[in-house]
Amino acid sequence: MMADFWKRFSRNRGAVIGLAILVFVILVALLAPLIFPQSPWRMVQRPFLAPFAMDQYPLGTDALGRDVISGLAYGAQVSLLVGLVSTVAALLIGIPIGALAGYFGGWVDDALMRFTEFFQTVPSFALAIVLVAIFQPSIESIIAAIAIVSWPPVARLVRGEVLSLRSREYVEAAILSGQTSLTIILRQVLPNTISPIIVLASLMVATAILLESSLSFLGLGDPNLMSWGYMIGAARTVIRQAWWLSFFPGVAILLTVLALNLIGEG
Amino acid sequence: MTDPVLSIRNLKIALPEGADRDFAVNDITYDLYAGEILCIVGESGSGKSMSANAAMGLLPDLVRPVGGEILFEGTDLLKLSETEMMDLRGKKIAMIFQEPMSALNPLMRVEDQIAEVFEAHGLLTPKERAARAIELLTEVGIPDPEKAARAYPFQLSGGQRQRVMIAMALALEPRMLIADEPTTALDVTTQAQILELIRNLQEKHGMAVMFITHDFGVVAEIADRVAVMQYGKIVEAGTADEVLDNPQHEYTQKLIAAIPKLAAEASEGMAGKTPILEVEGLNKTYVTGGGLLFSKPRIVHAVNDVNLTLCEGETLGIVGESGSGKSSVGRCLVRLMQPDSGTVKLAGHDMAQLSGEALREARKSIQMIFQDPYASLNPRSKVGRIIAEGPMAHGVSKQEAYARAVKLLELVDLDALAIDRYPHEFSGGQRQRIGIARALALEPRVIIADEAVSALDVSIQAQVLDLLAELKERLNLALIFITHDLRVAAQICDRIAVMQKGKVVEMGPAHAIFNNPQSDYTRTLIEAIPGREKELAAAG
Repeated sequence: MMADFWKRFSRNRGAVIGLAILVFVILVALLAPLIFPQSPWRMVQRPFLAPFAMDQYPLGTDALGRDVISGLAYGAQVSLLVGLVSTVAALLIGIPIGALAGYFGGWVDDALMRFTEFFQTVPSFALAIVLVAIFQPSIESIIAAIAIVSWPPVARLVRGEVLSLRSREYVEAAILSGQTSLTIILRQVLPNTISPIIVLASLMVATAILLESSLSFLGLGDPNLMSWGYMIGAARTVIRQAWWLSFFPGVAILLTVLALNLIGEG
Repeated sequence: MTDPVLSIRNLKIALPEGADRDFAVNDITYDLYAGEILCIVGESGSGKSMSANAAMGLLPDLVRPVGGEILFEGTDLLKLSETEMMDLRGKKIAMIFQEPMSALNPLMRVEDQIAEVFEAHGLLTPKERAARAIELLTEVGIPDPEKAARAYPFQLSGGQRQRVMIAMALALEPRMLIADEPTTALDVTTQAQILELIRNLQEKHGMAVMFITHDFGVVAEIADRVAVMQYGKIVEAGTADEVLDNPQHEYTQKLIAAIPKLAAEASEGMAGKTPILEVEGLNKTYVTGGGLLFSKPRIVHAVNDVNLTLCEGETLGIVGESGSGKSSVGRCLVRLMQPDSGTVKLAGHDMAQLSGEALREARKSIQMIFQDPYASLNPRSKVGRIIAEGPMAHGVSKQEAYARAVKLLELVDLDALAIDRYPHEFSGGQRQRIGIARALALEPRVIIADEAVSALDVSIQAQVLDLLAELKERLNLALIFITHDLRVAAQICDRIAVMQKGKVVEMGPAHAIFNNPQSDYTRTLIEAIPGREKELAAAG
């Protein structure tokens, strides 16, 4: 089954490129402390050192003389961490709600779906800003805020899949054989919804990275962590003198998000 | 004899690499003459549709002809360009398909669809086209053709849609008509009408008809000549009488022997046996539409006051056409559907009133075998798990449940190694055996088989029916066999209930139903069974 999946996946060239980029980003994030043993917050050179001016600091330094490339590497850690953890959290909220709504139908479905719509009607970015502002910016509150604004599509998707799977004959056979609703949902229904969930999740990781960057850009990031959004936000006032300060983090975000989207489509 | 209309010479069609055989059709040769009906018979995967699709230039992308020729009035169709083919299609060769709903455009009125055929070939004025559409609809015997012409496909019944398809095919008076399983999706009475229509039109227009089917009953009804296909080869060809009455090839003999015989044997009376399932006054209605604005809700009595009894060790057939409510009865019995009223007494307990834990417990003794062997097994569970799940849900330990699963697999003639494999590794017939093993896992006393063999080829169908009969005998099961196929019912059932529009119109011992039907509806059903007259003639 796995080999089969690989064969199909590798036929899509975009997806393979996406995977390559993502693997590269992950490696950079993991190896950041080895390649750049110094803290990314440390001032290492004079401010506004242009890229490629000194071999030691290939992407130059920022307004306080901090190394840009080291910031990018540490930023990758934050972006990936936030993207993955918040997506997992969103799945943990969305899948059960969608599965229950789809499986039981009737008033359970009505109640859960109205609840979901409540979150969908509020603009997600605005809600995320409010949540982070209330709970003080920290990596935990950011992850929680992103998870809270991004689970409704998961619940919708799972509900739709479960609704159609529910009337399959093997589910009816399971009901007849006396299995409890919980076993049926876990063993018969959910395993068959996995492929669309995986696709959605990979796109959600991308959205979460964008959300985190946007929050950091507005100054609502975790003040102790270097992130791509923060770097762009800090550099926006000096964009005329030092274009590279916002350009390189921007490219990093673009590539990572693109990679995740390519994988999701493959 | 005159020259053939269509002459296929040594045709070879290659399948893409990795398919289960190299050639879809391998070196086949046959002729089709004007004014005759040639039936191409075979089981699924025999390549019976392939040569017709090749003649129409409708082969799938990866499948291509690699040798031989298809001569239509002397020209080789395989060498024609796409534009030349387009001119030929519809005008000289027409085709009708199995599923009339998907072959018609749902958003176009019937007359426009017929007119489109003329338009495509640049014939007639719009006014003449409309007039011709009505003429054609009259010719194919649609009641009230003016009204039907203005209708959309969804407003017509299955049989009427197939008539519209035939009208479209006839529009340009083709020399040859290809019919690919045109009656498979239809009820038996409608099927009989459509077959008669095709026969009449063929005689009237002197067309050559290539009729592709899997059903020997249909062959007996309509064919002049028959070609039997197996694994891409024609194993036997000849006139209908030769092939049906005196088959030479082993495979043809096997296929014909596998057709369930119509004669039901008189079974010993059920008197003295204890009834295990008693159904009284069962009702189920569906309400659709209504509520919004002024539209009236549509109320359908799917099950209308049905009374049934089933004795231990008995097989009760419920037969009826689509929409007769036969499946709804089955689903109400196991409470996959909630009946509106009525009692379902299973060994004394009323199933219709139970809920929760008590229902779970009661369902152990009434299990179901489903129609579609592909949809009824969870594609992500291994076979062992599928069978063992039921007992495990009732507290049997995992080891014991799996040990029982192995025994059950042996019981249904499957290899014990099957428990570690996934359903997609099995064929349709094998999957249905797995479904039977699953139903048996809880040691039920009653099994409901809902169209359990309808999706299977006739030779496999015969095997599964034998298996069911044997298991029933061995385990003293009572069986409710829901089917649209009267031949199958005749073979396996002790008693039969005939359903129409939610009501049981007739119920009695199988041989009485077949030899001396009381209600008009039963009589129509039996008379419509394809191939019946031939069988009667052979018997008498």
